[in-house]
Amino acid sequence: MLKLGVPSKGRLMEKTFQWFGKRGITLRKSGSDREYAGTVDGIDGVDLVLLSAGEIPRELAAGRIQLGVTGSDLVREKLAQWETVVREVKPMGFGGADLIIAVPAGWVDVDTLDDLDAAAAAFRATHGHRLRIATKYHRLVREFLAHEGVADYALVDSQGATEGTIKNETAEAIADITSTGETLRANGLKILSDGMIHASQATLFRSSRSRWTCEQRDTFRTLEKLLGL
Amino acid sequence: MTANAISRETDRLSACFVDAGAQPVWTDVLQSADTLLDLYGEDIRGRSYLTSDPVLGEMVLRPDFTVPVVQMHMQSHADPARYTYAGRVFRKQDMVPDRAREFVQVGYELMGGDDPAAAEAEVFATIRAALGDLPLRAATGDIGVLMAAVQGLQTTDARKSALLRHIWRPRRFRALLDRFGGRVPVPASRAALLAKADPLADAPPLAGVRTQAEIESRIAALREDAAAAPILGQEIALLDVILDLRATASQALDRLRDIAIDMPAIEPAVRRMARRLDALAARDVDVTALEFEGSYGRTSLEYYDGFVFGFYAAEGHLPPVATGGRYDALTARLGDTAVPAVGGVIRPDLVLAVKGDA
Repeated sequence: MLKLGVPSKGRLMEKTFQWFGKRGITLRKSGSDREYAGTVDGIDGVDLVLLSAGEIPRELAAGRIQLGVTGSDLVREKLAQWETVVREVKPMGFGGADLIIAVPAGWVDVDTLDDLDAAAAAFRATHGHRLRIATKYHRLVREFLAHEGVADYALVDSQGATEGTIKNETAEAIADITSTGETLRANGLKILSDGMIHASQATLFRSSRSRWTCEQRDTFRTLEKLLGL
Repeated sequence: MTANAISRETDRLSACFVDAGAQPVWTDVLQSADTLLDLYGEDIRGRSYLTSDPVLGEMVLRPDFTVPVVQMHMQSHADPARYTYAGRVFRKQDMVPDRAREFVQVGYELMGGDDPAAAEAEVFATIRAALGDLPLRAATGDIGVLMAAVQGLQTTDARKSALLRHIWRPRRFRALLDRFGGRVPVPASRAALLAKADPLADAPPLAGVRTQAEIESRIAALREDAAAAPILGQEIALLDVILDLRATASQALDRLRDIAIDMPAIEPAVRRMARRLDALAARDVDVTALEFEGSYGRTSLEYYDGFVFGFYAAEGHLPPVATGGRYDALTARLGDTAVPAVGGVIRPDLVLAVKGDA
């Protein structure tokens, strides 16, 4: 069987079901709403596995599922050298969100990474510690800032309500995903004009085919045709 | 390559360093993360194995020995002092997954003393002697010459410190140099900010730790920068000659002496390099064959601020078998006063790998 991992709840799950439905494959949660099992109609040999979107990259990398739908940001964040571990099959055109860097709107002197870097140098000299950026996307943010040559910052972990960390004085800036920027604005934050780290969207990924059985390869070819790939 | 062989090679290297007069020291594998990572920054943090202790807080598996050894030295005040250590260090390898995540380093560090050139030659020659006749290529550089060249630019102190901060980040260094040289336009948002008589007049309310006073002082700095004349093209060209320099150490010295005629600020650093080459020659290092690169050390650890060196296997893509350099500025950040410090490490596993190929 070819195991397809799909986010287990919310809009991401519904949109994924719609996306496959439009292409003649019906995905359904089986039994009660609380049960994380599912059924697949319209193609043989595919098993639906409902998982947390955050776990799908790891399951793909481990080869426990062969296909998975998750955000392209999560794959890049959770897997070192992700291109060598999984392949992008198809961007799905929904679940769009940008990973950005935001600072207090009151920082009128900071609009670019160059400004952030200079502000971080002065901040460290004044306060005796690095300028803190709250995020849960450590790998993506660190790689981005290293590439851009920003110094004198430190990442602090924030797994939720990241916009609130600045008011709580546990961070000076944040790196988080946003689709409309509404929450950022409501929290008095603004996005750096060149601080776009990754434009994420829901994407169908597959694991490395080297460990696939012949049957799984055949099923995948049928699936590719149905999906018009 | 067996663990036994690495252990024997570790002992052999340690004995070489003890024979050279170094006192053996030990440090914990588990280090407090605060000081270490505040000093090294996110690049090393991202490559370090972090763990948390319920009492001591965030801890890290030793990413190198330099910081704990310097801290130890700060307690002892011996002058000069020579230390040697051997033990495992730990680095994540996200980028090059086939590289070792834990490996042994055997180090030799010289702190204090009043003859920096002799100290640098001693560390280089001691490490070279411990490596024996392995077929290795030595590369050298001098971050001190680069820093002197930046300090000698005819421009504001603020611009010089911005450039000095980014010597180890070539991309940002270049972007700053382009802007300070007037080669790229001022970002539109900055021009708009500076066009306002009072940029804070209709500013949104402020949240967080960074204060209005800090914002005002940065705006003042931006105004000062906007009023400053661009760095002259010929100065940037001279800096580029130094950055692009690749020659033998003795040829490089001649070139730098020529450059010093137009850029007198580098004279002291060049004289220091001359004394180092003399001291190296006195220790039988052939400086007419030793490689020198103007940019060597710019992408390695940020704490080296003078002479830097590395020993590389002639072929293949092994990491350097030995690396080292001067790190006076690091000691200043860890103690009340800077202590002259120069040192280097050898990786016994790579010594054996090269021996196996030889």
